[in-house]
Amino acid sequence: MRRIRGRTGRLLSFAVAVSTVAVLAGCGGDETGDPGATEVPSEASGAESFSLLINDDNQVVQDELTALAEDECVAANDELALEIETVPQAGLDQQLQLLGGQDALPAQFAASGSPAVTKDLHDAGLTLDLEAALTDLGVIDSIEPAAVSTIENLYGGFIVLPYQFNIEGVWYNKEIFAANGLDVPATWEDLVAAAEALESAGVQPFSSSGAEGWPITRLISGYLFRSLGPDALQQVADGEAKLTDPEYVEAAQAIADLGAAGYFGQGVGSVDYNTAVATFLTGGAAMFYMGSWTLGAFNDPAQNEIGAENIGFFPFPDVTGGAGSSDQLPANVGLPIAVSASSYNDKVGAWLACIAENYGAAALEDQGSITGFTVNGDVGETPVLTQLVQETIASTTETTGWFETLFGAKATATSQQNAAPLVSGSVTAEEFMSKVQADLDSE
Amino acid sequence: MNNVFGDRRAVAVLLGPALLVYTLVMLVPVLWSLGLTMFDGNPLFGFDFVGPQNIRTLFEDPRIGDALWFTVKYAVVMTIGQVLAGYLLSLLYIFALRRASALIRTLVFFPVVLPTVAVALLFQKLFEVAPQNGLVNELLNTVGIASIDWFGSGDTAFIVLALMDIWRSMGFYAALLYAGLLDIPDEIFESARLDGARGWRLVRHIVLPLSMPVLLSSVIFSINGTLKVFDSIVALTNGGPAEATTPLTLYMFQTSFSYGDYGYGSTIALVLTVLCLGVTVAIFRSSRRDLTRS
Repeated sequence: MRRIRGRTGRLLSFAVAVSTVAVLAGCGGDETGDPGATEVPSEASGAESFSLLINDDNQVVQDELTALAEDECVAANDELALEIETVPQAGLDQQLQLLGGQDALPAQFAASGSPAVTKDLHDAGLTLDLEAALTDLGVIDSIEPAAVSTIENLYGGFIVLPYQFNIEGVWYNKEIFAANGLDVPATWEDLVAAAEALESAGVQPFSSSGAEGWPITRLISGYLFRSLGPDALQQVADGEAKLTDPEYVEAAQAIADLGAAGYFGQGVGSVDYNTAVATFLTGGAAMFYMGSWTLGAFNDPAQNEIGAENIGFFPFPDVTGGAGSSDQLPANVGLPIAVSASSYNDKVGAWLACIAENYGAAALEDQGSITGFTVNGDVGETPVLTQLVQETIASTTETTGWFETLFGAKATATSQQNAAPLVSGSVTAEEFMSKVQADLDSE
Repeated sequence: MNNVFGDRRAVAVLLGPALLVYTLVMLVPVLWSLGLTMFDGNPLFGFDFVGPQNIRTLFEDPRIGDALWFTVKYAVVMTIGQVLAGYLLSLLYIFALRRASALIRTLVFFPVVLPTVAVALLFQKLFEVAPQNGLVNELLNTVGIASIDWFGSGDTAFIVLALMDIWRSMGFYAALLYAGLLDIPDEIFESARLDGARGWRLVRHIVLPLSMPVLLSSVIFSINGTLKVFDSIVALTNGGPAEATTPLTLYMFQTSFSYGDYGYGSTIALVLTVLCLGVTVAIFRSSRRDLTRS
């Protein structure tokens, strides 16, 4: 082989140098982006589509936004097309943090199950201050003040859109209750006795989703709010109490006992959200602890085989001698959705204005679901269950959060991952609370 | 040829691009990750220097021990399972099926090319208990055994995981070992048979020693792959129930990207690196000996 010398060698060296510079430039990245920018960028910058990243376990927001894009918001959609991407709930936090780290968040994204993560994104300047934006757009009056105050309590500011406004409690199958001679449980003991009677009559007492985890951990917080009062978890967050304290472990034990008795049915750890809803709506279980965001499914005759008139609601029952009361209901803005600060431009603004003005009425009319937007215009007759929820919201004076409201991402994940093992018996109540407390301590 | 390698510029031109790409895509991230072990934070909020704090956390974290134990358990069980199943299949190809083995080899190899997520969904359905019984539980019911919640406990979930990954990979090891066995000359088998070696004795004294080099290669392949298992576990159990099937890789991923702690995530990566390094050194030391003469 001939030595590579002279002109050819110099050419090769030059080619290597050029490719080196090209590779380095490609890897260099763009350091000029400012995720914290709050002023409205011009139309040339910001989002190129009205993209939405949302968890895939509930279709109501996707369905309603798609309907708006074809009707009331068609002008906004022509300017900036709606694009929906779904991700499993368990992968949402990862996705948000990865996209946030790359300043690549979509125009709208579902807030994490842990408000702390959304607050972190906001602190990093990645989410839009909706109070300022909606005031500028002149549609701030289209948000219910109660929804704004709930959001501010949870997130420290108005940084998520209230696509839902919910209360939580136990939905029950009236027909099954009547057939078994059961009354609506007023105390925890009544609830356990009702479950026992149903189980011995061959009826699965509760439908729940262990694959998601949160429908089970909400039972633990429900018990805690009744036994120790509505500030039970605030005390843990403030360091005044620990989840490993006996009175806290008692709550986890109470829920573990329901699982040990088989009241959640077989293989609850494999049951996802949609299966849990379907089990209740096809008469496969007598009770279903859930938020009122399921009204969309309850009001859909295609899904609801037991009939909306056959569904009743009762709040999480009292724990005898407890400091809380069943007048206090968990309330939240289920499916809260944040808006990316860097994606915001006039076209996104047009979409937000259209949503604020129309979403409340459209969701109520199409799905009978209650949102934090005002209902502008006539929506005809409201379904019975929706009326029931509206009345319950109106009569509720004190609200609570959910189990993971004040937890960070790690403790939230641990809590939800260990919920199914808790009720299936592979994790004890003490272990469950210790694991979550250990994560809280490390945060 | 010597002239080319004697010319430093030619060496630089030939090696430079590959070395540059290797440096950028391998060495820089590795060193970057090593540096991150000294920091706390994530790209959203920036990083704070914390020195050896993450290493100290490692010794206080109860989950790291569980994840390490699961990683080792998985690697050992899977390496034995994959190589043994592959070896038995290759013996079947050579001695029982002989020239008619092409179809069976293709069928057994087929799962290797299937996407992991598809295989995981298949096994989830096969072993499911809710909302309805999968095929396995139906079969158990027909023989009078109650349905098992396979994904409800760590032990049964591990069994499903092991079955899935062995089924998925045994075709690859069978092909690898089959190629090794084909290299053994027929004359040796013939003379062994003339000497009276049959069945187990033939395998024990002739086949096993002569196929030892390729068997060792299979073990190295397998242990390196299984220590770094990630996709099949994420797709099948996502580390659950609780953390019962969470290996170091998944714990590292969750820590970095779900919990937003890149520093501690990198520290877990360091543990995995040390583990892999230890195993590699052990294997290389043992392979210095000529196994065919042992």
